[in-house]
Amino acid sequence: MPVDLDVPVHPRMSEVEGSAVRFQQVTKSFGDLVVLDDLDLDVAAGEKLVIVGPSGSGKTTILRVLMTLERPDSGLVQVNGDYLYHEERNGRLHAASQRHIRQVRRRIGMVFQHFNLFPHMTALENVSFAPRKVLGLSRSEGVEKAKDLLSSVGLGDKFDEHPSRLSGGQKQRVAIARALAMEPEVMLFDEVTSALDPELVGEVLGVLRDLAENTSMTMLLVTHEMGFAREIGDRVVMFDEGHVVEAGPPEQIFANPQEQRTRDFLHAVLDRK
Amino acid sequence: MTWDWEFAWRIMPRLLEGLVTTVQATLLGITLAMVLGLVLAMLRRSEVRAISWPTAWVVEFIRSTPLLVQLYFLYFVGPTFGLTMGALTTGVLGLGLHYATYTSEVYRAGIESVPRGQWEASTALNLSPVTTWGRVVLPQAIPVVIPALGNYLIAMFKDVPLLATITVLDVLGEARAVGAQSFRYLEPYTLAGLLFLAVSIPASILVRQLEVRLARRP
Repeated sequence: MPVDLDVPVHPRMSEVEGSAVRFQQVTKSFGDLVVLDDLDLDVAAGEKLVIVGPSGSGKTTILRVLMTLERPDSGLVQVNGDYLYHEERNGRLHAASQRHIRQVRRRIGMVFQHFNLFPHMTALENVSFAPRKVLGLSRSEGVEKAKDLLSSVGLGDKFDEHPSRLSGGQKQRVAIARALAMEPEVMLFDEVTSALDPELVGEVLGVLRDLAENTSMTMLLVTHEMGFAREIGDRVVMFDEGHVVEAGPPEQIFANPQEQRTRDFLHAVLDRK
Repeated sequence: MTWDWEFAWRIMPRLLEGLVTTVQATLLGITLAMVLGLVLAMLRRSEVRAISWPTAWVVEFIRSTPLLVQLYFLYFVGPTFGLTMGALTTGVLGLGLHYATYTSEVYRAGIESVPRGQWEASTALNLSPVTTWGRVVLPQAIPVVIPALGNYLIAMFKDVPLLATITVLDVLGEARAVGAQSFRYLEPYTLAGLLFLAVSIPASILVRQLEVRLARRP
């Protein structure tokens, strides 16, 4: 739980640099296990950042902290220049109210490994529900928006299906449409193809590729699909044991990694294929 | 003593009147128990310990004492603290409170059966707590627990005769009164038992059917 910090607010560097997301010395532990160890990470507006690394390396926690599903133990998180867990009052940082967190969180969306669709709602309701409840859209506006989005992910014929009647790939596409419906500035993709049967991975990657190429949304993707990471990432971060081991353009990370750990990891992953 | 049909027929209206009281007490009691139980279950999940702990204690306390003691307490001790209510009202309150502690556990299990991912998706979509509870969690939690709630409905129905001890004339109360006046016990008590069966068996079948239907839902 972030506590009040008795420090002056430093100039908003992210405003100067245009960072969409900024982690400053963020630490998170689960018991004795340190999953984020003094993490510093900047993601530029519009950047497609791919995070790779061994299982259990804490890379998912980066996304979960940003989505407020896990609270950092310490450190600062900023989204488009605003602190997520802190509020500025009288030039000092204080622990943020729920209200403030909700306000900042509104800019972030997330797609989960296990879809987490609402099983009691149809595909259309899954997508139109939050825009109506949170963004204040009318029923017809919400439905129209949901239809557009579902059609854009190739599910124009599945409006009235419940998730139980959809394949994994279809579920994940509904989940992507649902997240997009909230018009986030930053989208988080947490191993979104890991729970899919191999033959269904392609259709979801196709949607992601489309988003990466045709939107200015900032995207943070945790993935095990190395080919895909290489293809759509503006920058790849190799993450292990709570640290950024190495970061750089995909060509560098995949073709010419500087760190032994990165090389070992890539060997292990690519050999498995 | 042989069965006297004519006597049985004569006392039937009184017993039916008692049955109406019994059903009334059950329906009001279960309504209270269902609403209060849900509130208790939600309070108990609160992240604020000043709320969740006292709730847990109250639930444990009520569950660990007999309903009869609670009824006596409400009816005979209540007035000492200015709490004076009619016998039926007291009975309904007692039943409702007592059973709320059981239904709260049922709801708790139902709420816990909703996967964590549902809460996380709600957070990611920035849904308010009220929307998350009302439109995401409870619509998934409650269908699961309806059969268990139905069983408590039947259990409560069979507990209503306890209300006779605080002067509510339910079926059993009427039967006892008839017996005391006529010195014939065979007919009133037999009929009282049959009347209980006549309600609780169909109710059990209904609950069972509901269970099957809910299990079949997608």
